[in-house]
Amino acid sequence: MARKITYQQAINEALDQEMARDQTVIVMGEDNAGGAGSPGEDDAWGGVLGVTKGLFHKHPGRVLDTPISESGFIGAAVGAACNGMRPVAELMFVDFMGVCFDQIFNQAAKFKYMFGGKAETPVVIRTMYGAGFRAAAQHSQCLYNIFTHIPGLKVVVPSNPYDAKGLLIQSIRDNDPVIFMEHKVLYTMEGEVPEEVYTVPFGEAAVVREGDDVTIVAIGRMVSFAQEAAASLQKKGIHCEIIDPRTTSPLDEDTILESVENTGRLVVVDESNPRCSMASDIAGLVAQKAFGALKAPIEQVTAPHVPVPFTDALEDLYIPNAAAIEAAVTRVKEYR
Amino acid sequence: MSETLNRESLLEAYRTMRTIREFEERVHNDFATGEIPGFVHLYAGEEASATGVCMHLTGDDYIASTHRGHGHCIAKGVDPVGMMAEIWGKATGTCKGKGGSMHIADLEVGMLGANGIVGGGGPLICGTALASKIRGDRTVGVCFFGDGASNQGTIFEAMNLATVWNLPAIFVAENNGYAEATSSTFSVACDNIADRASAFGMPGVIVDGFDFFAVHEAAGEAIRRARDGGGPTLIEMKLSRYYGHFEGDQQTYRAPGEVQKLRETKDCLLQFRKRVTANGEITGEQLDAIDAEVKAMIDGSVVKAKADPKPAAADLMTDVYVSY
Ligand SMILES: Cc1ncc(C[n+]2csc(CCOP(=O)(O)OP(=O)(O)O)c2C)c(N)n1
Ligand SMILES: [Mg+2]
Repeated sequence: MARKITYQQAINEALDQEMARDQTVIVMGEDNAGGAGSPGEDDAWGGVLGVTKGLFHKHPGRVLDTPISESGFIGAAVGAACNGMRPVAELMFVDFMGVCFDQIFNQAAKFKYMFGGKAETPVVIRTMYGAGFRAAAQHSQCLYNIFTHIPGLKVVVPSNPYDAKGLLIQSIRDNDPVIFMEHKVLYTMEGEVPEEVYTVPFGEAAVVREGDDVTIVAIGRMVSFAQEAAASLQKKGIHCEIIDPRTTSPLDEDTILESVENTGRLVVVDESNPRCSMASDIAGLVAQKAFGALKAPIEQVTAPHVPVPFTDALEDLYIPNAAAIEAAVTRVKEYR
Repeated sequence: MSETLNRESLLEAYRTMRTIREFEERVHNDFATGEIPGFVHLYAGEEASATGVCMHLTGDDYIASTHRGHGHCIAKGVDPVGMMAEIWGKATGTCKGKGGSMHIADLEVGMLGANGIVGGGGPLICGTALASKIRGDRTVGVCFFGDGASNQGTIFEAMNLATVWNLPAIFVAENNGYAEATSSTFSVACDNIADRASAFGMPGVIVDGFDFFAVHEAAGEAIRRARDGGGPTLIEMKLSRYYGHFEGDQQTYRAPGEVQKLRETKDCLLQFRKRVTANGEITGEQLDAIDAEVKAMIDGSVVKAKADPKPAAADLMTDVYVSY
């Protein structure tokens, strides 16, 4: 059997292998080593949850700790990408995009187009997202939909360790700016990951499970919940097809549309707030391009239109779960 | 002894500092049992800063705080019982369990919130100070922020704006030596954060943040100047945190014995006790009595927090808008 490692280890390994292969790959972020200038250990943290731990000593001079100046260092990563480097900058929690968004969406995203095709900006911005840590409204959002909205950015949302490694290597090698979204609850997820270097291409959805009754498109952490729901529905004789887009930009429209052409029923599962979300985007796509195939209204299973609450009692209600997916699938299946 | 501090004020200052310490040590112990959800960042060790500043403020003055906000909240008059319930995620909490440790706020006492975004408070305090100035009511705004936050663009912009508009704003940089695991000697490009004041056209002072009296005096001068229309000040408190960045931090970046030494030689509560009991103005017994009262109050807050109900399901959807 192939080796099993965690989502977090898969990301660390991808960074390590690409840094070894290509000297232009540099890593930067707050406490990405940790301990800069301090009297104790100098690789004390490896990022706030330890994802970059160990890279500092393996790749001397190429793991940079930064002051808490996101606009400064995210922008510097963008500039370095214009000048021959392949920076992987860590924006600790995606919620902090608020203090540096200009450098991402007005600068990095638009250079290629504004400059008449002349610029290439091969920067990767790694960032943690998602609820479930009782981390409240400013440390728990998804926000991949906001990046997906911006032409010029590619957006990657891996749902498992295998994809995390292959997609991160692809992100580093890709010549466009890439937002790489890591769900903090998935860090401890284990899965089979080859030791060799490999890439997972952008814009190719994974068909995680095949079935003829209902198509479920799920993003990031929601893929596991969809699998849970599908296993339970199987026992009731409802066969779900689960599609994990893996990248929201580019989006593999064909795989989604082909599946709905076959099932005629769609449930989209997205942890973010519902307005202008991936759920509404994919629902709109299918309503427009597979209208004739639909046998039931499209269901969207999302968080409600509220900020992420702190207390577990409310956060557990906020996050979409397998039961909600099962109920939605049952509704579209029974629709007449 | 400082002329502005009578016996009553001294006892009040001690009670505030002791309340913060007791609160934080209790959260530290309870967090270790796994019962407290989320991230908590403790203020223990830094009590003199919040206390010495906030003693000059009334409920009409505003403060903006940080992720390490419990001390600022208590010093500004937020009820510790509600705060404890908030940290435990209960419906009776200061913010109904919706915000948690990193977002405790109570606008009624001029506490504009702890903040999950480093540097988030600077611009906000310019805003409260602008309102103060336009109303002409002599109120002020104080922004607390860390050495790490001192490198954030929002803080630079806010300090510049405060001088440009001549706002009654005070910027209190709490330099505890670290931002997470990163030393301020690495992240702050100049020797002192206060050195930056001149670049923003305001006075800058460096204060021993373990010394309540030094804090009280420096803050008093800055706040008086702001109330009189003299504009902003940057105060840098040199101090330290006794616990990790957040609970669970192994702190391998610190020198062995670093905190122990500070606790023994610099601790704000010890220094305060020594100084006020030296001339017999206040007795050790009086302070011991405060210790006991505070401990009982904090114990009670935990008992209550544990017993209190969590929010109801319907609360998930409320409080998003004023009207919609
Ligand atoms: C914009 C933003 N960047 C990063 C963080 C993550 N973070 C939270 S606290 C912290 C360190 C803050 O250090 P400092 O300002 O010195 O305050 P201290 O923790 O020492 O009180 C960091 C990096 C954040 N919450 N917000
Ligand atoms: Mg600090």
